[in-house]
Amino acid sequence: MKVLVLGGGPGGLYAAILLRKVHPEWSVELIERNPSDATYGWGIVFSDRTLASFREADATSYREIVDRFVLWEVIEVRHLGEAIRCGGNVFAGMSRKVLLDVLQRRARELGVVLTFRTELGDPSRLEAYDLCIAADGANSFVRRSFASTFRPRVQLGRSKYAWFGTDQLFDAFTFIFRATEHGLFQAHVYPHIGAVATMVIECAESTWHAAGLDEASEAENVAFCERVFREDLGGHRILANKSDWLSFPTIRNRSWRHGRLVLLGDAAHTAHFSVGSGTKLAMEDAIALASAFGRHAVDVERALDEYELERRPVVEALQQAALESQEVFENSARYAHFSAPALAFHLLTRSSRISYDELRRRDSSFIDRIDSEFFDAHDERARPPGTRRLAPPPAFAPLRLRRLELANRVVLAPAPADGGRGLRGEAASAALVRSALGGAGLMLTEIFAVSPEGRITPDCSGIYRAETAAGLRRLAELVHEQTDTKLGVQIGHAGRRGSMRPRREGLDRPLEGGAAWPLLSASAIAYAPGHPLPSEMTRAAMDRVRDDFVRAARTVDRAGADLLQLHAAQGYLLWSFLSPVSNRRTDSWGGSLERRAAFPLEVVVAVREVWPDTKPLSVVLSASDWLDDGLGPDDVVAIARMLHDRGCDLAHVITGIVQFEGCPRYDAYASTLHSDRVRNESGIATLVAVRSATTDEINGILAAGRGDLCLLPPQPSEAGGFDPHTIVVEGGA
Amino acid sequence: MQIGVSLPSDSPGVSGDLLLDWAKRTEQGPFSTLSVTDRMAWATYEPFATLAAAGAVTRRIGLMTAIAIAPLRGGALLAKSAATVDALSGGRFTLGLGIGPREDDYAAAGLDFRSRGRRLDTILEQLRAAFEGSGAGGPRNASLRGPRIVIGGLSDHAFARLARYGDGYVHGGGPAKSFAKAAEKARTAWTDGGRPGTPRLFGQGYFALGGAEVIERGRRSLKSYYAFLGPFAERITAGLLATPHAIAQYARSYADAGCDELLLLPTVPDLDQLERLADVVTNAGLANDGVRAAP
Repeated sequence: MKVLVLGGGPGGLYAAILLRKVHPEWSVELIERNPSDATYGWGIVFSDRTLASFREADATSYREIVDRFVLWEVIEVRHLGEAIRCGGNVFAGMSRKVLLDVLQRRARELGVVLTFRTELGDPSRLEAYDLCIAADGANSFVRRSFASTFRPRVQLGRSKYAWFGTDQLFDAFTFIFRATEHGLFQAHVYPHIGAVATMVIECAESTWHAAGLDEASEAENVAFCERVFREDLGGHRILANKSDWLSFPTIRNRSWRHGRLVLLGDAAHTAHFSVGSGTKLAMEDAIALASAFGRHAVDVERALDEYELERRPVVEALQQAALESQEVFENSARYAHFSAPALAFHLLTRSSRISYDELRRRDSSFIDRIDSEFFDAHDERARPPGTRRLAPPPAFAPLRLRRLELANRVVLAPAPADGGRGLRGEAASAALVRSALGGAGLMLTEIFAVSPEGRITPDCSGIYRAETAAGLRRLAELVHEQTDTKLGVQIGHAGRRGSMRPRREGLDRPLEGGAAWPLLSASAIAYAPGHPLPSEMTRAAMDRVRDDFVRAARTVDRAGADLLQLHAAQGYLLWSFLSPVSNRRTDSWGGSLERRAAFPLEVVVAVREVWPDTKPLSVVLSASDWLDDGLGPDDVVAIARMLHDRGCDLAHVITGIVQFEGCPRYDAYASTLHSDRVRNESGIATLVAVRSATTDEINGILAAGRGDLCLLPPQPSEAGGFDPHTIVVEGGA
Repeated sequence: MQIGVSLPSDSPGVSGDLLLDWAKRTEQGPFSTLSVTDRMAWATYEPFATLAAAGAVTRRIGLMTAIAIAPLRGGALLAKSAATVDALSGGRFTLGLGIGPREDDYAAAGLDFRSRGRRLDTILEQLRAAFEGSGAGGPRNASLRGPRIVIGGLSDHAFARLARYGDGYVHGGGPAKSFAKAAEKARTAWTDGGRPGTPRLFGQGYFALGGAEVIERGRRSLKSYYAFLGPFAERITAGLLATPHAIAQYARSYADAGCDELLLLPTVPDLDQLERLADVVTNAGLANDGVRAAP
């Protein structure tokens, strides 16, 4: 069997080595474009798990690698003049050049024919071989030559980065953030190996243009970066080696195989450098490839399929984590106002693979510091200088919204949108009080309609009814008497998503005949095909609805509730004005986002006026319309800003169905990420729905600054009805 | 958690007699549901006709399509078929449905593959209307709301359909971790949609019990059935539950992940597979009170 490996990077060399080991009878040639002693890049990073797999694959090269690598434990974040360190992580690093030397020697030792300064040139030369492995890097010539089979897809990052080195010695994995007049610059520094540390410098594209780096020479780039990071460099230099500014390409291929030609390493897949894994992935690919050929000596195509089958899930999972990490670095300006400890925690937990509890395990003093800073940030009493605080975890830190003090960050919302069945009157109150006895900081009621036509289903409670108001007053009394929980009341108007059958029968099923009531909306567009047409609201109707909201707010205040939450999400009335999908008005309440927001903001202002200044006002927003021509996350940020400016203190950003067309994202962290963005780009505090009722998830969200309050998922009873929570929330660490 | 079992109605060459015997025997076992698969370009028996027949020779066991490829039939026909099986069986039918992954099924039915998702959305609207309508389209429902609708699939669209139209969600099988991930999305979609309570969650798994030769037959039939997936067929075959212990472990891990009902699919069309499975389920206490779903 004649094998050709294209590319003499770690992936290609390791594949050649392992194939010769598993099939010494095969002839293996490797060609590489650069000279054997060419260097670019500086250090590479492995985790301890990767190294274990190297030991199994080839003990000889493993021993040489282990002899030459350095173990690092600390991650450091430098921001706003502070440096925060977290230990307990395990990385191994070595010089890329040294690794290539080790692998080249091993390859020669095993009889691989290495030819340098040679390119493939003509793809038809591959036909002379029984097996070809394209390990020719992110810009793979082979992949491009057979793109119709591989079907590559490249997602370009939005930031610019350049790969430098420095002779300043860093002893930890260091992330540095430096603000300049042009924008934020950040550096990813790997600890030094020998006399050089890798330093990757990154900034937003707009910053890059503003700083003139798009037209700078390499020397000018170096000088600029040395100025930006001069405090960190302490007089040392930045080193360049073909260090161009690039945008990171995340490369995927629909298929990794073309006949008996296969992609390996960066040629097949790349993952953002902030997760530091290109070399690891390439070498692990080589291990899987050799293993597949160990099982199938003759059936090349089957071996290649098995290789792809084994590696794809692992690679895709890592690419997903890398994309999440990339998102954070490319949006770092969003977090520039964080304190150094908060930013450090946010970065360390950025790809959701490392949690609060895991970090506590790695470095408990780091988490103690995080807890302490978090508590301090929300406690107005100044801590005397020179003292330390033993703080509870963030979930149990209080929160002040206006003059309302919540004992902890946990929120319960026992009832579904239409009240479910049987949650009425005394039994309902008693059940809610029982929930509140569990100790959550805040309890939110179901949504109360502000008018009869504002109900979603006939089961919806109406705040306009005297019995409801009385019931609410009683509930507030009991909750305040018997518990420390505060009571939040939700009010809303369903708009064109009203007059529906109860939700136990499914969503958005219009009532028929005499049971149905007329609908109002921003425009006369039915929610779905075949649904009744709403009326386009006249100015008089807007006045009336606004007054209904105001009346409702007064009722809720008189009942003694502590917090009022307006529902402006999920395609209900207020959202129907905000969204261009449902608002096609040509008057002053339609058109641009500002005009579409005019009526919802009018309602908010009117409500804010009668809702006491001492009590917080909250609003529910959908994360998106989930439609190309609908509201997107940027719009929701803009809306949150407008609401914050008009006296809203809290936003609950939710996922879930909004419009009839359009499909929400149901992955685990979608709502947290949306909440994070709204909170940190608009400045409003946010309530986040958590997926699991664990302190780990809650503490993680709070300490990372993704949200300020966490809403627990509903815990229905086994009887199948809808009973309040049975979670008991206890304070303390 | 309840345990259901599938009819081996997609086993090439299986006789109608065996299927009816199988159905009759499940009633004596610890099983809650009898399910069938659906596949046009394969030897599979037509699911609704099969369940109607199974319903005629049984009295209490539930009947379920897991899953019917809904867009192969128009909404009106699907509603009628489902309502018919439900009415003939005295209200024991659950309609599990999805869009199916195979182009050959759609080609065999002469229908477009790419638009199958949209068609399913339309069909779901039609189903709801039909099940609760005046009865003009089908037999009168055995129950007020007609058969339960259970959605299958892994895309976000599948979970949105669950929130909108479904009573439950059926997972396609695999390690308990993959079920748990899907179950979480199902619950999220349900809660975000403001549906009260929780969706009923179904899981699935393949089994073969007996000596090495029987297991090998089971493996081969799985490989053949899933040949359209190419190399991925190996992965499914590797997941075949081939010992009582494997079945018990699978069932327990699914129950821990919140599964309400686990459907076990035979890979060898011998009646003794049913007996062996019933023994495993009973001895290990896997059904009902034997396995409690975690809160």
